[in-house]
Amino acid sequence: MKPLKRRLLASALAAAVLAGSAACGSGEGTGTSADGGLTLWTHNAGNPEELAVVEQIVADWNAAHPEKKITVQAFPQAAYNEAVVAAATAKKLPCILDTDAPTVPNWAYAGYLVPLEIPADLLAKQLPSTVGTYQGKTYSVGYYEAALGLFARKSALNAAGVRIPTLEQPWTATEFDRALRAIKSSGKYPITFDLGTGDTTTEWWTYAYSPFLQSFGGDLIDRDTYKTSSGVLNGDKALAWARWLQGLVKQGYSPQRSSQDAFADFVNGKSAMVWSGIWNSGSLSKVEDGVVLPPPDFGNGPKIGGGSWQWAVSSSCADKATAMEYLRSSLTAKSIAAFAEKQNVIPATEEAAALAPGWQPGGEKRFFLEESRKLAMVRPPTPGYPYLTTTFAKATQDIIAGGDPKQILDRAANEIDRDLKSNNYYGF
Amino acid sequence: MAVSISPAPVVAEPKPAPRRHDRGQRRDQRRTGLLMIAPSGVLLILFFFVPVALGFALAFTDARLISPKPLEFIGLDNFQRLLHDPVFWKSLRNTLFFAAVIVPVQSGFALLLALLVNVKMRGTNIFRTLYFIPVVTSIVVVSILWRFMYQQDGLVNSMLHWTTGNVVRIDWLNDTSTALPAIMLMSVWQAVGFHMVIWLSGLQTIPGELYEAADLDGAGTWQKFRYITWPGLRNTRTFILVTITIAALSLFTQVHVMTAGGPLDATSTMVYQAVRVGYQQQQTAYASAISVVFFLLVLTVSLIQRWLTRERKA
Repeated sequence: MKPLKRRLLASALAAAVLAGSAACGSGEGTGTSADGGLTLWTHNAGNPEELAVVEQIVADWNAAHPEKKITVQAFPQAAYNEAVVAAATAKKLPCILDTDAPTVPNWAYAGYLVPLEIPADLLAKQLPSTVGTYQGKTYSVGYYEAALGLFARKSALNAAGVRIPTLEQPWTATEFDRALRAIKSSGKYPITFDLGTGDTTTEWWTYAYSPFLQSFGGDLIDRDTYKTSSGVLNGDKALAWARWLQGLVKQGYSPQRSSQDAFADFVNGKSAMVWSGIWNSGSLSKVEDGVVLPPPDFGNGPKIGGGSWQWAVSSSCADKATAMEYLRSSLTAKSIAAFAEKQNVIPATEEAAALAPGWQPGGEKRFFLEESRKLAMVRPPTPGYPYLTTTFAKATQDIIAGGDPKQILDRAANEIDRDLKSNNYYGF
Repeated sequence: MAVSISPAPVVAEPKPAPRRHDRGQRRDQRRTGLLMIAPSGVLLILFFFVPVALGFALAFTDARLISPKPLEFIGLDNFQRLLHDPVFWKSLRNTLFFAAVIVPVQSGFALLLALLVNVKMRGTNIFRTLYFIPVVTSIVVVSILWRFMYQQDGLVNSMLHWTTGNVVRIDWLNDTSTALPAIMLMSVWQAVGFHMVIWLSGLQTIPGELYEAADLDGAGTWQKFRYITWPGLRNTRTFILVTITIAALSLFTQVHVMTAGGPLDATSTMVYQAVRVGYQQQQTAYASAISVVFFLLVLTVSLIQRWLTRERKA
């Protein structure tokens, strides 16, 4: 009994020490340095092109505001969210930080972020999915957007005798099925349509495959109330989506587990079509007759995922006015165009698109902007999103692995409903 | 390696004559002692006892990683939920199955290797090093490499093709029946060298005279193993049993890197589920409940093992 008693005493002591240090950490405001400067966090340490643009914007600001300098701190993307959550717990958040669009409501709900004070006319210029809102308030805004696309070989489609779909007239489910069957029976490609299942990160599974579900007429959560998933995630339409997705694997159109880089397989001629994103569009030119197409319409219109990295201001920032001013002044056509020039992303405004080569109407990259404007559907803006996405991604993985769709979706909907209930519906 | 504690022989010492500074000296000694255990003591408390205590406490609340909602005590709700969670039962089953296979296979194989490299022959050091290399390689790196090897067009399948003449084609990590065995094989390969070294150190504590005497008595190889080696490895055996069991029960990295618990939860383990639920799904309290059950499981298994391998009074 004695060692136990001592152990308890020791842990109580340590807890007291911890509590003491935590109390010391909670000062008034954070994210500012002694000389009145502000700190900015970004996720793109592993992406030198994007980081360079951010640093340029900050350098321009610093030159104009020497008394309110901003310091950039870049993190690797894989560790970024953890760093923010840890910093928020320790009350050491920077003033300005970038956030992945679907996590914005979660962080807003947790009190990490404050609503942005950016004039409505400035926000109106933005692509709708580059503005992060939660409960009617704007919490984040982005310089760019990403988009999914169906990358295909024209020759394969021509040989199969199917038309090339357009944004105005996408494939119907039947047309797509006919294309798959014809390409597979030609026997020219080991993989007919690569879903890209080799990427095991949770967010890819939700970002990539939930638009198909929405095109079928289902969804992750009922977007009228945000209080239940029953009926939308496990209804007849969702079931049809699950059977279709599973059928792609069962009928041998798509591998159960794609290789690590499905797009490289496409470029190397292993697959006729691949489901991928704008970030690979730079390599499309390596395919002689490569085209990018909109996804098929499964009944509820073709859909792609919306929402990329966006910028927000932390609630603990001691100088919010300056942080807001920085964000406001950085949303210029010039800086937005710089992002679109340096990497494969969609510029967030039409003015910027006019400046960035290839993005003007009729430009070679224009497709993605039109596609995003027309088809993008943001992932459900609810604080419960982290639970939604992990549950949905796992359910989709189980469906691809050959599990019983009805059982999987029923369980997922139940789990989500239980989570929503235990959190008092996250304030909805 | 001293797992079993044998009582030290009591030797009667003449009591030292009482001295003047005895008390002060003893206090000094105690202070020095405390000072010396302080670094590891503080670390242990901070990073072991506090988290364990927190884990126990949080398991009875609705704590979440990110939430403005104040913490509420909800009693046994998390444990009740656990009872009806099919993933938990599957994880528990996988964990126990993994340990049940790994413990005998890995320790047996390690003993075999140790016996092989214990012979006095040229070049045994090369083999000892070879078998030990996977142990010093990062488990993450090993897992990634094996994931490539297990791919449909990977090394394992190519070798099977070559030897069986294109009969066998298994998608190792994507088939519910082969995923866990594939991870087992790879885990044994990775860790067997470590336990080989432990066995080896045990083997070298057995005096050579015993074998010489046995030779004179005309004992065969099996008899020497059965009556000299095996009893001589008693303490080593206990140590290996306990460490392999605990390591096997806490299987995580391989699953995290190679299969993410899939396909259809065929490789989900308790630790993996706790991490997934706790971090990705932000359900701190539920993950704590899983950890508490895991803690009790490991404790029970270890206690049973201790009891089975206890020093029996002759």
